[in-house]
Amino acid sequence: MNKEEYQKLVKELSPKEPKLKNAIIAFLVGGLVGFIGEVIVNILMESFGFSRVDSCAWLAFILILFASFMTAIGKFDNWVSKAKCGLIIPTTGFAHSIQSACLDYKKDGLITGIGANIFKLAGSVILYGIVSAFLLVLIKVVIYG
Amino acid sequence: MASLKFNNIYLNDYVTLAGPLESNSKLKKLDFQMDDYYYGEKTFEQAQAKMQRVVIDRILEKNKLNGTDIDLLVGGDLLDQISATSYASKYFPISLLGIYSACATFPESLIVGSMFLTSKNIKKVIGITSSHNLSAERQFRYPIEYGSPKVHTSTFTATAGISTLLTKDEGKIKIESATIGKVVEMGVSDANNLGAVMAPAAAEVLHEHLNELNRDVDYYDLILTGDLGCVGSDIFKEYFKRKYGIYLRKHLDAGCELYLKSQDTYAGGSGPACLPLVLFSKILNLGKYKKILIIGTGALHSRTFVNQKTPIPAIAHAVSLEVNDVH
Repeated sequence: MNKEEYQKLVKELSPKEPKLKNAIIAFLVGGLVGFIGEVIVNILMESFGFSRVDSCAWLAFILILFASFMTAIGKFDNWVSKAKCGLIIPTTGFAHSIQSACLDYKKDGLITGIGANIFKLAGSVILYGIVSAFLLVLIKVVIYG
Repeated sequence: MASLKFNNIYLNDYVTLAGPLESNSKLKKLDFQMDDYYYGEKTFEQAQAKMQRVVIDRILEKNKLNGTDIDLLVGGDLLDQISATSYASKYFPISLLGIYSACATFPESLIVGSMFLTSKNIKKVIGITSSHNLSAERQFRYPIEYGSPKVHTSTFTATAGISTLLTKDEGKIKIESATIGKVVEMGVSDANNLGAVMAPAAAEVLHEHLNELNRDVDYYDLILTGDLGCVGSDIFKEYFKRKYGIYLRKHLDAGCELYLKSQDTYAGGSGPACLPLVLFSKILNLGKYKKILIIGTGALHSRTFVNQKTPIPAIAHAVSLEVNDVH
């Protein structure tokens, strides 16, 4: 049996991932996070008289604080593995990745541990977030002037 | 020719220490159980070193031995530079040989230990191995541990520490023969499907063992592979059937035999301690197998090579055990 035949055998016998099911779960959970966010923004605008821009900033703050706290008490990991990408893609996932790295490496020291590792995963989000924002703005400027 | 026959080498005693999840799994008899992953230490790595130390301490105590009575300590683990073994060994005045072949470390320790016992000067050898789910995760996983969803082919590193006492004094388990495996790479580069990476290595060593010792597959009451997991186990049997035309009827995989379905460990257990844990705490207690061939399977990857998308090489070592008083 050569390598190609073997890889075919592996593919045949390895269980398939339920991609559609995962996508539906992620869609529903992610949508729920968005819905809750919108409710919070409306409450802030109606009850506290904030502007929409200010409310959105407070919303990000609330979601990040909530996700970080849940990571710290060890709940978020379980939710993430059940919600598939539904909780990782929103800002909750970003907060969770930083908080997880922080907790993970705190015993390795402030510089070599937390400092060096805190953006281990979040670093990609920041880098490619900035790069794609730059490209989109560039496209916008070229098209609309 | 890499098969060896041993005359009078025995595995006289063993000690098992199981992690929190393993303590509530399909296992029956355990010497120690851990209530949590820290095991009274500050970090997971230090906990793993303590696990190794505890099992060495216990096997000495159980057999009324001092460290100075032991001629050689052979062991390894999954941490960088097999550090859990080194940090545990500093507490004992025993000569140390550190070994590594990932999850095939346990049979390797038996082979190395048995080989040394064939010389006159070496009379007692202790073999150790351990794995810790969270320290192994730190060693091999995707950048950080944050609960990212796993695929169904991935395995779960078992948390356990094992020590074995090998001597020339007759005991209940005889180390009868062994085959040292070759490194096999079949082009699989998916670190989430290590069962598929290791299955060909297990098949090759099994075939070589049977061939070189001129045995039929039915010579053994049980062929116990280490940590192929449930998916890898099927691939192993199918590969063996297609390549050598032999169907393995008496085969079990330790990784697949460890956890309960409700424990949500995907394709089953893995790690160097998975095979000895299931062997000592489950298979031997069943009391129905006399001739057992254990095949430890190890994926010899590192995070760097996996990130560089290179296919993963694997190794497997086989050791034939004969249980004397089936009880």
